[in-house]
Amino acid sequence: MFAFVMSFFVYLLLSWSGSISIQEVTIALLVAVAVVSVASGSSRPGFWSLRGLDPRRWWLFLRYVCGPFAVGLTLANWDVAKRVITGEINPGIVKFNPRLKTDMGRMMLANSITLTPGTLTVDIDDDGVFYVHAINLTSLAPTEQDICGTFGQWTRRITG
Amino acid sequence: MILGFFVGLLLLVSLFFNCLGVVSLYRFPDVYTRLHGATKCSTFGTLFVVFGLLLYSFARFMGEGELRFLVLFIHVVVGGIVLLISNPTGAHALARAAHRSGILPEPSAIDVLEEAEKRKREAAA
Repeated sequence: MFAFVMSFFVYLLLSWSGSISIQEVTIALLVAVAVVSVASGSSRPGFWSLRGLDPRRWWLFLRYVCGPFAVGLTLANWDVAKRVITGEINPGIVKFNPRLKTDMGRMMLANSITLTPGTLTVDIDDDGVFYVHAINLTSLAPTEQDICGTFGQWTRRITG
Repeated sequence: MILGFFVGLLLLVSLFFNCLGVVSLYRFPDVYTRLHGATKCSTFGTLFVVFGLLLYSFARFMGEGELRFLVLFIHVVVGGIVLLISNPTGAHALARAAHRSGILPEPSAIDVLEEAEKRKREAAA
């Protein structure tokens, strides 16, 4: 039901160009039915929870994206830009366990790490251990702080 | 006039980072380090294209009140969100596929993922 409403309105938002005609609403309904028929096959118990509708989580998420994430993205981009020019790298794959329980939290942290230049999430195993390829290792057994700064704490606060 | 200057400035910044992404393809030695350069520099660069478009459409909508600029604004916002989700997911999928098909990082100071998979293979055998 949630997926149906979401895809209906997102389609209308995308096709909206000043006015809404009956044809567009009909197509939006057909698209929503098609999306639900595909998505329902891949859901498992607890997949469609309403925990994501909590406005406090969204507020925290906005603060995270505009604050520490934006700063980290900019600093890391500058760092990698310098490495592209100088060619000083010390790459390797390291692991750490951020102790995230939910799929959403793992997805959020993995995408934050990958979007930040210099670190790239290669794999997450069933226990939630992150395998991260880093372009410049400072130690062979880095802590979570070394790899992604405060991203892990923020993700635990947002999705915990 | 002022608007054109700021939009042009944002586009120039994006051009700089996208060029660095191309250079990194030649500078870096293996597939993983190249993924860093190619996907990340272009994310940051493309984000500045998004910012430039947002600024342009917002200013034109405020100035002239034409609805098509508001439509452009909404579409660019949706495009930016999709970019921020699909870009790291794609980079992750490429890196994982490369590692699973046996391409190891070279040079590499340490590779704990290969060690973990070797243990798993020995346990299965």
